[in-house]
Amino acid sequence: MNTNMLSRMRLSNCVALVLIAAFAVAPLVAHGIGQPFYIVLISRIMIFAIAAIGVNLALGYVGMVSLGHALYIGIGAYAVAISLHSGLANGWAHLLIALAAGGVIAVPIGLVCLRTSGFGFVMITLAFSQMFFYLAVGLRQYGGDEGMPLPSRSAFFPLDAANATTFYYMAFFVLMLVLLLLHRLIHARFGMVIRGCKLNEARMRALGFSTLRHKLVAYVISAEICVLAGVLLANLTRFATPSYLEWIMSGDLVVMTVLGGAGTLIGPLVGATVWVVLEELLASFYIDLPWNLSEFIRSNWTAVLGIVIIVVTLTLKKGLYGFLVARDGGVR
Amino acid sequence: MSLLEVKGLVKRFGGLLATDNLDLTIKPGELHAIIGPNGAGKTTLISQLSGTLRPTEGSILLEGRDITRWPVHRRAALGLARSYQITSVFTEFTVIENVMLAVQARSGSSFSFWTNVHSDAALVEPARDILRQVGLLDVADVPVARIAHGGRRQLEIAMSLAMAPRLLLLDEPMAGMSHSESKEMVTLLRRLKGQYGILLVEHDMSAVFALADRITVLVYGKPIACGRPEEIRKDKAVRAAYLGEEEIAA
Repeated sequence: MNTNMLSRMRLSNCVALVLIAAFAVAPLVAHGIGQPFYIVLISRIMIFAIAAIGVNLALGYVGMVSLGHALYIGIGAYAVAISLHSGLANGWAHLLIALAAGGVIAVPIGLVCLRTSGFGFVMITLAFSQMFFYLAVGLRQYGGDEGMPLPSRSAFFPLDAANATTFYYMAFFVLMLVLLLLHRLIHARFGMVIRGCKLNEARMRALGFSTLRHKLVAYVISAEICVLAGVLLANLTRFATPSYLEWIMSGDLVVMTVLGGAGTLIGPLVGATVWVVLEELLASFYIDLPWNLSEFIRSNWTAVLGIVIIVVTLTLKKGLYGFLVARDGGVR
Repeated sequence: MSLLEVKGLVKRFGGLLATDNLDLTIKPGELHAIIGPNGAGKTTLISQLSGTLRPTEGSILLEGRDITRWPVHRRAALGLARSYQITSVFTEFTVIENVMLAVQARSGSSFSFWTNVHSDAALVEPARDILRQVGLLDVADVPVARIAHGGRRQLEIAMSLAMAPRLLLLDEPMAGMSHSESKEMVTLLRRLKGQYGILLVEHDMSAVFALADRITVLVYGKPIACGRPEEIRKDKAVRAAYLGEEEIAA
């Protein structure tokens, strides 16, 4: 039984390693096959994965279902956009400003939201992000509801972020950093407390933990990870728009997390990958099928994506990667 | 000074008087049992002591400190450890992780983000000691979901001990246990007796009379008698209100 468990344990770990290795070499392959377009596409996957990892910290490990994390992507994106428009090109400065703004906003919002739980928490996080969405729409000098293009990417001296491959590896580095941070965090003292809160918060209080404080810190970390994703997203698209803060973005991130496996380290990465790849495949679906089915799928790709998600959540209740982890005996 | 002092405790749920002007003291190292028929307000009392319920009137003093209005986690940090009637351990964690979590609650900061808890000697060593005490060391690395009911009740006690408590509040630790599991629990409690103040709520009368230094009998939220086991056995009011003749004989 022991060797059997060991070989199975390798399955989820193998999938994780193969996936990460694929991300590591993807730009080389893309250049090799003469399709550099894929570098941008996969950068987008990684950025969504970073955001979904942030959401997962709150959702999967603390059990806080937030429908408002798009707010923090927006903060990251607008911090970059507004800085660039004010003539500040230094990317490191953008990063600092974005994270500082994220912290200043996440702490009070977290304090208010954490007074509630369950549905109340979902609704109040949604309300806060909608507030900021309309605030962004109202920023007429920064494009209002249409958003605004960035004059350039942030200048991350000495790195050349304008180069697609360099930018790709910057995103890859952030992704790896965030994964490492989370991997350490969930097995450290702090991680035990927040996972305990998810399982039984009343019991945690009876043990003597001030659960609010720990949940708040987890919320702020998860928000800051989304801020990082926002900084990268604005740079990737060279655009900042209120739609980054829309509740649909928050919803997408939750779906990606659940699709891949909430409460697992690699789940959000798997979820984001499947999501973006399916989106691309379905939206440009060109296979000769009868009854003009191909055309139908192309124009209704969101519906098809919805069906995939329904099937996955019904059959693999723990998500694609979560299913593998559960088979391996729940090793995270 | 007494370890716990409860004065004039009253709890009303609407028209229902769940705790009726209750006084109670527990001396250091004393095992004090609370008995009473179902609905006597035993769990309500424990909840007020541990802080999940706010009393309507009265005060609760732990080592002279008024904790009546303290939140649950502050009371726990002061050394008030509660074990639950319905087993309330973390089933997704392993046995030792449960105990380590309780150790962690009492030992320094939990804002450590990098070191794996399993290589944190300040957590692992005390947890292993306690598991040895309660006889669970063999299953230390087994997920709680896979151990039997009796083992989980022992784990409840282990977690309470890990909190370095001054007063243990044990809410029916033998509930749902098999005969042999109950006997083990009695042995364990006998070993703990004297080291900690213990408030024991239990339906198993043979266990209560074997273990308790003093017994308080609660009927409809009101203490009708308090004294040593042999005094309680003889008490007429207790016989009339609660204990069947055959139970006392047992």
